[in-house]
Amino acid sequence: MSRFPELVSGHRPVGVVSFAQYDNVRREDDHNEVEMLMPVVAEVFGAIGITKDDVGFICSGSTDYLVGGPFSFVTALDAVGVWPPRAESHVEADGAWALYEAWVLLQEGEIDAALVYCFGRSSPGDLSEVLALQLDPYYMAPLWPDPTSLAALQAQALIDSGRATEADFAAVASRARRSALTNPKAQVAYDRSPEELMGEEYEVAPLRRHALPPLTDGCAAVVLAAGDRAHQLCQRPAFITGFDHRIETHAIGARDLTRSPSTQLAGEKAGVGRKAVDVAELHAPYAHQEMILVDALGLGDEVALSPSGGALAANPMMSAGLIRIGEAARAIWSGGADRAVAHATSGPCLQQNLVCVLEGV
Amino acid sequence: MSEPVTMMAATTRLDYVFTAGVAQSKNLRGLEQGKFIGQRCPKCKKVYTLSRGSCPVDGLPTDEIVELPNTGTVTTYCVVNVPFAGQSIEIPYICAQILLDGANLSFMGLIQEIPTDQIRMGLRVEAVWVEPDQLGPTMASVKYFRPNGEPDAEFETYKEYL
Repeated sequence: MSRFPELVSGHRPVGVVSFAQYDNVRREDDHNEVEMLMPVVAEVFGAIGITKDDVGFICSGSTDYLVGGPFSFVTALDAVGVWPPRAESHVEADGAWALYEAWVLLQEGEIDAALVYCFGRSSPGDLSEVLALQLDPYYMAPLWPDPTSLAALQAQALIDSGRATEADFAAVASRARRSALTNPKAQVAYDRSPEELMGEEYEVAPLRRHALPPLTDGCAAVVLAAGDRAHQLCQRPAFITGFDHRIETHAIGARDLTRSPSTQLAGEKAGVGRKAVDVAELHAPYAHQEMILVDALGLGDEVALSPSGGALAANPMMSAGLIRIGEAARAIWSGGADRAVAHATSGPCLQQNLVCVLEGV
Repeated sequence: MSEPVTMMAATTRLDYVFTAGVAQSKNLRGLEQGKFIGQRCPKCKKVYTLSRGSCPVDGLPTDEIVELPNTGTVTTYCVVNVPFAGQSIEIPYICAQILLDGANLSFMGLIQEIPTDQIRMGLRVEAVWVEPDQLGPTMASVKYFRPNGEPDAEFETYKEYL
């Protein structure tokens, strides 16, 4: 039996071999970003017995808009320590996209391991206002629509299409928060029935409180390793066999918000449907978005959906996507899954989507 | 008939709460007491002033607190002759990188009480603090640096910090 799975994307097997995340909290008042990242970076290296000197590339994901300070991604590098100088990069996106860049570099074969990290605090500013600035600057951003109102338009469109009800959203939230009870890093976890959740007031109709993600401060890190190096560092690496990301127009009115064609295309390119999927960690900040993603990826009832609780359990900006990849990898490491799908999203109403298929051998 | 709209202003303002963190809070509390606080890396033993809590070389927490003296050396400088909006100091004035004695990282400071044509690398300086009742957790607690009368520092002592 081959030590590596068959690849749909790329030609060099690259595995997720370590993952760490910060305690997801509503508001981290004591520590700055560097102080938050240091223990996470130490843990992600320490778990596999390597140091920063063992990785040939470092890639991070974050956005300065969250903390309101320029070049916060540069100062964050102090948490790793980059002397002697080494290849390093940054994406103004969730860490899942930073991981994509590192995966591409690993495909070239020059290096065997890479560190990916990301950080995002929702608490320093008004997240609703900050996220409004990612909208198109001419027609949308000047109206300052908050992300929950935009998500509510999407949820209402889904109800109007006849494919979901408000009770379905409550069922998603109930299951996710119950799953989160076993996730020590979860910020919101409870055992409440969908019927009970339906008794909540609307935040923005048709979305009740349970359908919304928490506001979270957090950060996360992953180590990728290629080929034999992956086997050296990890008993059962979670090899990336399919990887793709796609984006839709920024004109929200031009999209069918009840579908996610970018997720569907990314899923097809990543080969999601080629074999059975055991676990899917979906980055669905709002409950109804999970239903749209399940449709787009063609996931059946047999798939365990977001056993970590997903973004409804904790939604650290710029990190919740990478955490999905980390959680999916953990399912492979433990032997609980042979094949897992991790998904990350960005932008309003699932505008941009990344799909990563992970397999163990 | 109304004119077509050709331009609109969409003003943006975002307010943030800044989290200094454990390390920077110690620095800021030091400034509040008229003191410079440094932090030492447990591995390379370098001392950083105005640290964010880590050694940028080793990526380790700089937990050891070091109280630094009031004196330092100008490693490099710039004489500002250009007026700009919001300028609060009369031009020309001197902006310099100052390496406090015992520190391994310089920071930018204002130099006064010396003619601008006499500023030089290696000049020994001391901090002049605001009045005690005006001290606060901010670099504004340091009014400026001025020559302290000592002979210039040898280039060898600060060449690593340029």
